[in-house]
Amino acid sequence: MNVSVAPISTGLSQARPISVAVLAMGGQGGGVLVDWIVALAERRGWYAQSTSVPGVAQRTGATIYYIEMIAPDASKPDRHPVLSLMPAPGKVDIVIGAELMEAGRAMLRGLVSPDRTLLIGSSHRSLAVVEKTAPGDGTADASQVYDAANVAANRFIAFDMAEIADSTGSAVSAVLFGALAGAAALPFTTEDFEATIRAAGVGVDASLRAFTAGRERATAELKRDPKIKPAPKPPLGKRFPRLAPIGHPDYDALVARALHLPAELHGIVAAGLQRVVDFQDVAYGGEYLNRLEAVPRDATGLLQAFAKYLAVAMAYDDVIRVADLKTRAGRFGRVRREVRAADDQVLAITEFFHPRIEEMAGLLPPRLGEKLERSERLAKLIDRGRKLRTTSPASFLLLYCVAGLRRFRRGTLRHAREMRHLDDWAQRVRKFAAQDVALATAVCEARRLVGGYSDTHSRGETKFDKVMRAADRLAGRQDAAEWVQRLTKVALKDADGAELDGALRTVETLFEDA
Amino acid sequence: MAERSFAREVEDLKLGAGQEFRGEGILAITKALLECGVSYVAGYQGAPISHLMDVLSDAQDILSDLGVHFETSASEATAAATLAASVMYPVRGAVTFKAPVGINVASDALANLTSGGVTGGALIIIGEDYGEGSSIMQERSHAFAMKSQLWLVDPRPDVASIVKAVRDSFDLSEASNTPVMLEVRIRACHVHGRFASRDNVRPSFPLSRALEQPSRDTNRIVLPPASYLHEKEKIEKRWPAAVEFIRARGMNETFAGDIDDIGIIMQGGMYNGVITALREAGLADVWGETRIPLYVMNVTYPIVDAEVIEFCRGKKAVLMVEEGQPEFIEQALHKILRNADIPAKLHGKDLLPMAGEYTAQVMGQGIGAFIRRWRADVLPDAARAPNIDRVEVDDKIRALADVVPPRPPGFCTGCPERPIFSAMKLVEKELGPHHVAADIGCHLFSILPPFNIGATTMGYGLGPASASAFNVPAGKRPIAMMGDGGFWHNGLTSGVGNAVFNQHDGVIVVVDNYYSAATGGQDIPSSRADNRSRSTKHPIVEAVKGVGAKWVRQIDRTYDVTRMRDTLREALTTEEKGPKIIVASSECMLNKQRRVKPLAAAAAKRGERIVRERFGVDEDVCSGDHACIRLSGCPSLSVKPTSDPLKDNPVAAVDNSCVGCGHCGEVADAAVLCPSFYRADIVSNPSAFEVRFDRLWRRMIGALQRWRAGRRVMFEQEAA
Repeated sequence: MNVSVAPISTGLSQARPISVAVLAMGGQGGGVLVDWIVALAERRGWYAQSTSVPGVAQRTGATIYYIEMIAPDASKPDRHPVLSLMPAPGKVDIVIGAELMEAGRAMLRGLVSPDRTLLIGSSHRSLAVVEKTAPGDGTADASQVYDAANVAANRFIAFDMAEIADSTGSAVSAVLFGALAGAAALPFTTEDFEATIRAAGVGVDASLRAFTAGRERATAELKRDPKIKPAPKPPLGKRFPRLAPIGHPDYDALVARALHLPAELHGIVAAGLQRVVDFQDVAYGGEYLNRLEAVPRDATGLLQAFAKYLAVAMAYDDVIRVADLKTRAGRFGRVRREVRAADDQVLAITEFFHPRIEEMAGLLPPRLGEKLERSERLAKLIDRGRKLRTTSPASFLLLYCVAGLRRFRRGTLRHAREMRHLDDWAQRVRKFAAQDVALATAVCEARRLVGGYSDTHSRGETKFDKVMRAADRLAGRQDAAEWVQRLTKVALKDADGAELDGALRTVETLFEDA
Repeated sequence: MAERSFAREVEDLKLGAGQEFRGEGILAITKALLECGVSYVAGYQGAPISHLMDVLSDAQDILSDLGVHFETSASEATAAATLAASVMYPVRGAVTFKAPVGINVASDALANLTSGGVTGGALIIIGEDYGEGSSIMQERSHAFAMKSQLWLVDPRPDVASIVKAVRDSFDLSEASNTPVMLEVRIRACHVHGRFASRDNVRPSFPLSRALEQPSRDTNRIVLPPASYLHEKEKIEKRWPAAVEFIRARGMNETFAGDIDDIGIIMQGGMYNGVITALREAGLADVWGETRIPLYVMNVTYPIVDAEVIEFCRGKKAVLMVEEGQPEFIEQALHKILRNADIPAKLHGKDLLPMAGEYTAQVMGQGIGAFIRRWRADVLPDAARAPNIDRVEVDDKIRALADVVPPRPPGFCTGCPERPIFSAMKLVEKELGPHHVAADIGCHLFSILPPFNIGATTMGYGLGPASASAFNVPAGKRPIAMMGDGGFWHNGLTSGVGNAVFNQHDGVIVVVDNYYSAATGGQDIPSSRADNRSRSTKHPIVEAVKGVGAKWVRQIDRTYDVTRMRDTLREALTTEEKGPKIIVASSECMLNKQRRVKPLAAAAAKRGERIVRERFGVDEDVCSGDHACIRLSGCPSLSVKPTSDPLKDNPVAAVDNSCVGCGHCGEVADAAVLCPSFYRADIVSNPSAFEVRFDRLWRRMIGALQRWRAGRRVMFEQEAA
């Protein structure tokens, strides 16, 4: 970089500028980083030119900045360099991605090349809209960015700079500036970098802390054996509780019973058992095991799916459970940590409830509930948004009392309905298990369509019921399980239900030919 | 107040002779204007020249010290019409806006101005919004110069060249009695560089003198027979005068090279790209030395025929590097060379693409092809055959195309426009989809996920106008969007007035966020801020009623999704005839945060009671359905993985960038989604009573919670 070779006979200087591309999202401080880099170069008497294409891309979109810099040539004191206003694929010395997928985007644009490019990326993720709106898990695969970076870049430095920024009270841009210093890719000293931050004069202390942390981390990364390539953090694993006694005699009896189930099941059964006991009581845990034991124990895959979705179905989301979760010991402390309230600050928490008549009537005994549910006048009265300040006495006590209705839950309309729906499903699973284990498993897994509250719940249940009817129709076919899986997948992806109806029509055509 | 303050940079405008100016391209232009003795400056904000307007706004004191009048115009047409001051009087004026959309709006005034001609130098600085990052249709401003016979200056994209172009352009304008357009591309507007500054110059002819001693000349007015005279004058006097001036001043530049049987001609703005491409091919260096001769057209209209002929004489071939389409200059060169019997082969759009930005890659390929065809012998081996094995690299990178998500711009965290579209989504669920005429502004992000609302855009402020045809009996009404910026730009007359007059039955939603937000938060007539040099606080509702609208609803808090939805529903279903106008007002969050944050920090430091709001999600209540995100798309509302083995999907989570606008909670309520959201009010410096009550109540709550915990089975993770 910027190597001066003796001019060849043509008289052309062989000096070339150092080029830096920064890819950031609007609001990440990409502009600040670029200003620092320019000021750094100028501080040492270099020429530096930066450009960007801000415009509306500032509004949360992906933005690219480009810098070229070069030391003055003593033999041409009156000449200004002619620098490029945009990066050329394969010709960029340093590429900085302020977020992992932005580093990926830099590679896609061909800016990172194995013969020259140092790639510095923050490994944190800031999810794009398309990743977040997917009903299932739409998160992009980070490991592919690492795979590409490890072959595409000459050197690749990646670590979680958002975390460092967070802990130092600064922004990702300051950590990136530190990483740039630590990577020693520019012919400037740490003191030059720090003086640049000081001269800019905004949030100096926090920026310097973040800078130093970023620099030290990058230095450490570079000292590592080059054969060990940077890799993404493993995804968060599922945490299965142990199926073990806890010193509660009745619960421990259930554990002893559950231990007779195949060992592969112990993790999920422990999770399920804890969930249903927590939802209602120990006796409810017994019911859970009864249902589980009614399924033939030789098909482990089926049992595993059943153990999971049975627990989810039994611990359905009702008003009592929400009130319980919102008023529990430990919740206020957790919120305090999440919103970073200091000890000397007072915290008030407000909940956003919108109960419909269905939820309220669901709390009543079946016959009364069914009657009231049909009252439009009552519906109008109840159906509106309510904001409850859980941290205030009146609202807390209200929710606390609702949570206390738990002991009457078995007698409610909602419970009766949930159990009917559940039994219907469990019966179907048992029926299919006898002839087609794969189909029974698929029917188990389709249960993931049901969940959530209010409209979401009824929408999910409608989709689930449609898939169940299709399962009944498909039973006996070789490809029945495959179809049910496919339908579940379509239903999951499709928030409105239109695609599912299309897929169901396709199922119908299977029978037309027959 | 604009979203970016230039208070520090403005100091650089005071630099004098012998000092070096360092900074962004548009700042340098501002400085150059002052050095040229400009009397007045006007303009309309918009990328990439918003900063120019913001700098001038922040520099009002310096401007008034110098006797320079500065105005934020109502539209580009207003800005262009401002140049009328230079028709009769020897005053220099400059206006600025983005191009080509700004020129579209201004073209009526520009055509009139150019027809009569000018006495004082008239400069139109256009920020050419073309190529990557552009937010508008891809067209050229060149055609405007040709049709009106005004001159187009396209300087080399470095700060020193741009500043020189400003100085030359005023002289050119005065020498040829013609307004001059100075075109600066988007990257050049934001290029950082340096130039040797000069002293600022006070205008020699104050505007007040023009008012006190007015003069007129019927021959300068566009009315027959003067207009016929103007056309002749343009061709017989002004054009030749311009060509003569350009040549004498040396505005265009020729760079000699030893490989002189070929050459490259380019628009000034392409120069750095050409040098970089030549440098990569080993034929130029970073200091601008080149082995291929170059002719740089810093003035792209008019063309100086004699210079072209001189450059091409004796060459086998020349390449014209001209960005944009159609290839106006290349066509002109063909005629010039043919008339002069110059045999040089002319290349251009045959080797370079007809459409699209001339990126470094495109330029490298085009210039490479030209040199390989005519002088392959001068290329170094590496430039002819690069030998890096990239197979594995390319495969892994190609795979990223399916991984890296698109990240278009969208509504900011806490944006007050988001709830308007959430409400529209909810209405859509009830009444079915509607035809929605969109408009220019941040609200246009509604066309993207997660909202996917909006069918067309026809230009700034023309949303309601673009729904005009849909004024027929039908089961549904059209909805037209318009921002407050577009409203004052022309929408009041073209949209609302038109709808009233034609008894249009549609719905018009005016998004009022207190600023011209998309262009950088400048003030407009309905802004709520105190602005010492502008008159603000003129309600949109009053203006709308003033032109005769009857069904008008003002919503003062757009975050109230329920109310927003109900009002929209009413507008779509009411029996009342005529336009239904909803003015939805809440302050732009980006600007609000910039305004409020320092105030809150200062108040907290003083020990005052401060409440900070933010939202959160109870992870164990969230079902992972993401319906809330599909109605929001807020950057701070995201998803995170969960370790709960009973949950299949990642759960919703609110990160620390949350500004507590409340949208997620309101949507969860209006759409009856789920009770996972909570709002946390964090009180700094609480009152003594507050603290005591809080402590007491927390103790009581703790006791109740412990009592209940003691009566249930407790598992490990809860205790942790």
